[in-house]
Amino acid sequence: MGKRLGLTGNEAVAYAVKQADVDVIAAYPITPQTVIVERLSEYVANGELDAAFVPVESEHSALSTVVGAAATGARVFTATCSQGLALMWEILYIASALRLPIVMSIAARALSAPINIHCDYSDVMGTRDAGWITLFAENVQEAYDNIVQAFRIAEDPEVLLPVMCVHDGFILSHCLEVVEVLEDEQVRNFLPRRDRPNVLDPSKPITLGPVGLPDSYMEFKRQQDEAMKVAYRKVKEVGKLFGELSGRYYDVVHAFGVEDADVVAVCMGSAAGTTRYVARKLREKGLKVGVLKIRMFRPFPKNEVRELLKGAKLVIAMDRATSLGGAGHPLQMELATTFYTWRQKPLIMSVVYGLGGRDLTPMDIERMFNIALEYAKKGEVPEEALWLGLRE
Amino acid sequence: MVSIGVVWPSFPKEIRTLKDLPREELLAPGHRLCSGCGAAIVARMALKALRRPTIVVVPTGCLEVATTIYPYTSWRTPWIHVAFENAAAVASGIEAAWKILKKKGYRKEDIDVLVLGGDGGTFDIGMQALSGMLERFHDVVYICYDNEAYMNTGIQRSSATPPGAWTTTTPFGKVWPGKLERKKDLIGIAVAHGIPYAATISIAYPLDFIKKVRKALEVDGPAVLHAIAPCPRGWRFDPSETVEIARLAVETGFFPLYEVENGKLKINVRRTKPVEEYLKRQGRFRHLLERPEYRSFLEWIKKTIDEMWERLEKLEKAGVV
Ligand SMILES: Cc1ncc(C[n+]2csc(CCOP(=O)(O)OP(=O)(O)O)c2C)c(N)n1
Ligand code: SF4
Ligand SMILES: [Mg+2]
Repeated sequence: MGKRLGLTGNEAVAYAVKQADVDVIAAYPITPQTVIVERLSEYVANGELDAAFVPVESEHSALSTVVGAAATGARVFTATCSQGLALMWEILYIASALRLPIVMSIAARALSAPINIHCDYSDVMGTRDAGWITLFAENVQEAYDNIVQAFRIAEDPEVLLPVMCVHDGFILSHCLEVVEVLEDEQVRNFLPRRDRPNVLDPSKPITLGPVGLPDSYMEFKRQQDEAMKVAYRKVKEVGKLFGELSGRYYDVVHAFGVEDADVVAVCMGSAAGTTRYVARKLREKGLKVGVLKIRMFRPFPKNEVRELLKGAKLVIAMDRATSLGGAGHPLQMELATTFYTWRQKPLIMSVVYGLGGRDLTPMDIERMFNIALEYAKKGEVPEEALWLGLRE
Repeated sequence: MVSIGVVWPSFPKEIRTLKDLPREELLAPGHRLCSGCGAAIVARMALKALRRPTIVVVPTGCLEVATTIYPYTSWRTPWIHVAFENAAAVASGIEAAWKILKKKGYRKEDIDVLVLGGDGGTFDIGMQALSGMLERFHDVVYICYDNEAYMNTGIQRSSATPPGAWTTTTPFGKVWPGKLERKKDLIGIAVAHGIPYAATISIAYPLDFIKKVRKALEVDGPAVLHAIAPCPRGWRFDPSETVEIARLAVETGFFPLYEVENGKLKINVRRTKPVEEYLKRQGRFRHLLERPEYRSFLEWIKKTIDEMWERLEKLEKAGVV
């Protein structure tokens, strides 16, 4: 067993980044991510991490700076959330299209207005189509483990895509947990330095970021889509390799009680633990409920979702973000699309919870399961989402 | 990702005359910039002044779109374009990365980092990133090729457009005489960051141009060069007159040539001709000379130029900026 440390989510992320021996960090403070930037500057200041720390003047420049740095072949890292992630939006698409293996940590936080510093996924969901591999952590241990794996995934010569590692703002970013960390040496060996072709090298001058007109643009996008398919496989492979190293095996989803469940709640992030806790209690009472945690939101784990939910009568899409005026909410739409083209189509019930840090209590979840079981029996679901914990 | 191979020239150690310049072209022909494009000449001449392998960063704009239409490229240097407003931030990342990669032993050679940005990408939307780069003191040479408008999107005004100039967003009419506001002082802003070197350059003064680029590369820390880049398309003159226009800009005092080295300002060329000689050669200013209702605005423009010169001469005399 590895070393055990008491770390908050943000500290665990910073610790993993240090062990990854990154070359360039550029980031800008924003609550609740700030501690990551502070810890990393401390590591650089006291010589524990030999990296360039670029104290940029905005998040737009943070991502632009790591794009430039990654284009020279450096291992890079940045972190942000909410307004900062929104400000980066333009460059997110460019980072992935230039096929740069950037790792970014997001301490998920609601978007303004009203301004709110607490957790939801409105920031991350705004990046759904940006071409980034997106991993969610359920707890602080996973926040640490995901960062270590992210470098390995991003830098895989067959992938070369940026990875976004999400941990819930405050709920995980400021939550102190006992975390089992790897030895520095183990992380170094797990993350070997690899050559890649898209590097600004004076001995092989390339033009990076050219104009792609109608005769080439679609082919570029198709290649990115293919890379995402490879990434799907690689995230699974790396999760297994990481398990062999640490004893903690990862897949793209995590299932609880789904085998015989009539109702399965699908969720992401820290909500998974609470939802499983409630599901376990209900199962003890004989209710057939289960939980499917989506760890990898991009690429979306369609195969596992179909396979693991094939016996469910009703699937609850638990969304911590809204798509205002949309046909559904973000996770709900992913699930609906996943099943629409599949032979089995469970009912999908939409639940919106936890916006702007609104607490998700076991009582709320129990109510949610009970309502869902009723609908499952009736064989129908309402079109409108159930807003959990809303004061009406 | 496109490549046309390596042909690094034998970089001259010192440049005393134009004969010292390498013959090799790092900006290959065949690009789609307009004939007579001043920006193209700025880029070509800047590359002649290099002292070693250099990574070039270009923000969105004419120079970028017209030289890198996939699967073609005109760049024989490593080259990157990311977006419109962030060239200085991208360059910051490249410079910071190269230093640490060298320190860690992943890179052996020394390189320079050069930005070639338009006035929109520098004076306006890129100003914040540029200020950040200068304040953090990245060792980057930032050249603004200033064609005094957003040419790539079809000649819209920027904060570098001079007063009185016609653009598609500063048309002249009953109420407007063309652009109403003064041109932003880029060098003043750059110098206020305490950087070691800043200068203005004109393609009509090639030796002055090249020597300044070389000096900018050699100083430790950031340098900003402001190049006048006449645009036949947007300024409305014949493509054969680009260099002449760039010379008249300097001779009439419209675009003074000066440099600020470690806080000391030196004017390189004195003005010798009336401003009208510059204005009358360009369609974008012709209304100022032809229509009596703009007479007083023209007088004001001339006053602003006199004021600029007074300030520069005072600063030169004072020996500090
Ligand atoms: C964020 C953003 N806003 C607007 C544009 C559209 N745009 C592309 S180039 C350009 C103008 C470029 O002007 P300048 O920097 O002066 O370069 P020039 O084309 O004149 O050489 C504009 C407005 C863009 N690409 N990105
Ligand atoms: S529009 Fe002007 S700046 Fe753009 S390519 Fe043509 S001449 Fe050059
Ligand atoms: Mg311009």
